[in-house]
Amino acid sequence: MKQNEEIIEKINHFLSEEFEVDEARITPGGNVKEVLELDSLDYIDLVVVIESNFSFKVKPEDFASITTFSDFYNYVISRVNSKELA
Amino acid sequence: MNKRVVITGMGIYSCIGKNPDEVRDSLYVGRSGIILDPVRKEMGYRSGLTGFVERPALKGMLDRRSRIMLPEQGEYAYMATVQALEQAKLDEDYINEHEIGILYGNDSSAKPVIDATDIMREKKDNMLIGSASVFQTLNSTITMNLSTIFKLRGVNFTISAACASGSHAIGLGYHFIKTGLQDCIITGGAQEINCYSMATFDALSAFSIHEENPQTASRPFDRSRDGLIPSGGGATIVLESLESAIKRGATILGEVIGYGFSSNGEHISNPTVSGPVRSLQMAMKDAGMNTADIDYINAHATSTPAGDTSEAKALYTVFGEGTVPVSSTKSMTGHECWMAGASEIVYSLLMMHHGFIAPNINFEHPDEDSVKLNIVKTTAEKDINVFLSNSFGFGGTNSSLIVRKWSK
Repeated sequence: MKQNEEIIEKINHFLSEEFEVDEARITPGGNVKEVLELDSLDYIDLVVVIESNFSFKVKPEDFASITTFSDFYNYVISRVNSKELA
Repeated sequence: MNKRVVITGMGIYSCIGKNPDEVRDSLYVGRSGIILDPVRKEMGYRSGLTGFVERPALKGMLDRRSRIMLPEQGEYAYMATVQALEQAKLDEDYINEHEIGILYGNDSSAKPVIDATDIMREKKDNMLIGSASVFQTLNSTITMNLSTIFKLRGVNFTISAACASGSHAIGLGYHFIKTGLQDCIITGGAQEINCYSMATFDALSAFSIHEENPQTASRPFDRSRDGLIPSGGGATIVLESLESAIKRGATILGEVIGYGFSSNGEHISNPTVSGPVRSLQMAMKDAGMNTADIDYINAHATSTPAGDTSEAKALYTVFGEGTVPVSSTKSMTGHECWMAGASEIVYSLLMMHHGFIAPNINFEHPDEDSVKLNIVKTTAEKDINVFLSNSFGFGGTNSSLIVRKWSK
């Protein structure tokens, strides 16, 4: 669990830095696209920051299942865990 | 019927100042903006000399998306354009309601290309290059970014003509307005300064190696000159039809009255005399000027042995011996390459407005060709009514612009 909290903290920090949004606005129920004001180009940068922070590549189609930050956290945590199991 | 084309705004971000006031002071006292860059020496440059200006802090001025798509030279161009639009009193509302164009000179974007290539080679996954790179790497990066930032809806393209890019951009803008195609165009030139941008020029041994005293290394027309010094920044000139300027109540800074151009049709890097002569004669004819009408020539002279000699011969051919005052502001700025043709219009306009000719610093001993010219060694108080500015580039592209002080 502690590892998951650290992952969430890390996500909030780099999203806040990359997309210049106050970290307090990033909450589990918040809408990722709306809070971060993402346009089509920004999703590419999202792939880049996830890769540079967690060393795995997001497939663009994976974003289809991510609406809230909670979805985002769960996706990253599952990818981190599956990578560790592999 | 041809329209008269006037200048209603100017902006400058260069190694001798980050705005027109700072630049005017540097020009007046003959201040050099040249340094020795230790990074270039570590990288194996034959010469580490360069002009230098800090990159502007744009956070707070531009949103994230606009900032990350701007390469270094785009930042300089943005700063110069903000100044020029402010001086021209072209605000957001006016731009939204009118068709304002942009024609800007740029001929490289080396660092973004190299950064993207490094990622491509390391990651083997091109998506990891990110979203901004393509907008930084294209040669048209300045016009695509500034037209987006300022919401411009008129003519929109980049002019790439090596070291004459900025001058041709102004020349083309002049023609677009003169012929009635546009009423107002943002023109100019920008040049990156980073250590990647000039390695290919260094490969040709094009740079001065007088590294012991950087500020005396750029010596246009002096017999001991040994090469140019790369430099950069951004320079913007707002061109407008006289009718438009009067209608808006804009302050008119000058009138573009002549543009001449030519191609040498010979060697890719060796200069000629006949090419610049034709460019000069075409500009003079376009302006309806006689040689006696020109009060000042801002020479292209970059401090290379061959280039300065050819220009001196061309000026002598057209203007005769020792009459018109001549100086090369590259003695202070170094060679601002793609930006130079635009920045040197700004420098000359500043001289025109403040009644002086900036010195060709470091000109101590003429050679057999420059001795025939009236080269200004120290700042001269002088009323300039008409000036001419030369710009020449690789491939033998030549451009000459003539600007007159505004009078009805």
